[in-house]
Amino acid sequence: MYRAEGLTKVFPGAIRAVDGLDLKIGSGERVAFIGPSGAGKTTLFRLLNCTLKPTAGRLWVAGQEVEHLHGASLRAARRRIGTIYQQHNLVPRLPVVHNVLAGRLGTWSTPRAVLSLARPVEVEAAHRALHQVGIPEKLYARTDELSGGQQQRVAIARVLLQDPDIILADEPVSSVDPTLAAGIVHLLTDISRATGKTLVVNLHSVDLALASFPRIIGLRDGRVLFDLAPQAVRDETLAALYAGAPMTGPAEGALNASYDPGSSCRPLPRV
Amino acid sequence: MPPTTPAPAAVPFPGSRPSRFARLFALLFGLTTVASWWAARVDLSTLFSREAFRNALVFVAGAFPPALSQDFLLFLVRPTLETVQISLLGTAVALVIGFPLGVLATASLAHAGPLHELDLSGRPVRRLLRFIPYGLSRALLSLFRSVPELVWALVFVRATGLGPFPGVLAIGVAYGGILGKVYSEIFEAVDARPLEALQATGASRWRVFWYGMVPQAFPHLVSYTLYRWECAIRASAILGFVGAGGIGQQIEISMRMFNFGEVVTLIGILVLMVAGTDALSLRLRRRVL
Repeated sequence: MYRAEGLTKVFPGAIRAVDGLDLKIGSGERVAFIGPSGAGKTTLFRLLNCTLKPTAGRLWVAGQEVEHLHGASLRAARRRIGTIYQQHNLVPRLPVVHNVLAGRLGTWSTPRAVLSLARPVEVEAAHRALHQVGIPEKLYARTDELSGGQQQRVAIARVLLQDPDIILADEPVSSVDPTLAAGIVHLLTDISRATGKTLVVNLHSVDLALASFPRIIGLRDGRVLFDLAPQAVRDETLAALYAGAPMTGPAEGALNASYDPGSSCRPLPRV
Repeated sequence: MPPTTPAPAAVPFPGSRPSRFARLFALLFGLTTVASWWAARVDLSTLFSREAFRNALVFVAGAFPPALSQDFLLFLVRPTLETVQISLLGTAVALVIGFPLGVLATASLAHAGPLHELDLSGRPVRRLLRFIPYGLSRALLSLFRSVPELVWALVFVRATGLGPFPGVLAIGVAYGGILGKVYSEIFEAVDARPLEALQATGASRWRVFWYGMVPQAFPHLVSYTLYRWECAIRASAILGFVGAGGIGQQIEISMRMFNFGEVVTLIGILVLMVAGTDALSLRLRRRVL
């Protein structure tokens, strides 16, 4: 599904978010990216979903080189990739039903889309998707009145309506409690298994990644540090991945092994 | 003996003093204000002179009691309605001109930012084609609003004759320019992350516009348009002075006849109308927010 060769993204200010990355992800694969904050995971996802233009290197999606996609062909490629964002990126003032139906925007004509804003069409499908993520009663609630976890599920329902070949989920469980987090990850992996959709996620929770994904890629400073099956990921591998990074969440266990109070956690000297 | 710490005064605080530019600017600003006092021939003695006082007294004495005879009030119904009509229709015309031009003049929708990063990369011709309607609509909007509505009214009175119609056109064109400019700024200020997410589903620019930009911008669009309607009521009074109908024309006639009692009544009606629109727009804003 994906092939990247020397993929690089440099932002203004010479920040190399993704740095010469080589990658191959097959159709129907389930892959979890892990790594410290600032490793370039979100930028990589914005490259993978055809939003950003690579600064250097090449990227193919389903056999098509992204650089050659424009206009209609670019929209067609994007339609086949569904993205779940860390900050949900829903339209706050719209009722939930429109945010879910937005998954259809790639297939609908513009007049149909505008008419649906006045009187929603395909409500049945939207309701089914919300049922699948467990909040069918929120169909007509205003999106900005939902909790973070509920908004996350609306974003997943949007992807369900889009029905893409590839699902990209950037920290899909960062705003929910651990039990629900496992539930959401299982929902995504179940969908992938049942429909053969490729699933690529960024996960903060190393435990969840190791438990639910057959392939784990460690990303650091915009490069692939390791690409292993979960059984092959050792504490030392994780320690190297997170070394020197600020401690966050469930990765703590791995961090404590390499925690050196003398290196980076010294309080700043007082002047 | 405890270790001595350096005196705080020895530590430089970068940026804590205004820069040389800021100080120079303040000085120039002050000098310009003082110079303007002379240039504009501000002379408080004329305002507080015995003669000014006497003239003001004539006006105030003439203004009371305000003209409230039934005949006069009944006569005012028509110009009052005319003013409301001019302002309403003028704002409607401004909306029809301003909305499409404002949409075209929105840079984040036309050619700039993450919505276009991949689509326009390596396609300079396409980028130019996108830029042309954007630039044209910006130029048009700036032309419409840089000519004041009073001047537009003079032009349209010449073209269509005296009456409320040139007033409608004048407000429509001048306010169309203002609305379009402000609309485009409101559209550019919406949160871009939902737009990116909508585009990532494969939606075209126009679908992203209707689903992402319009809902986010809507309360601001309504609020600003209502404010402009309030301005249009005041403006239509001014336009009456150059023969574009409404209550302003009556104010001008009564002023010329030294009938200050009537002027006070007319101004009272104007104040009531502006207060009325304010109350109405407050209720509308509460509903859409």
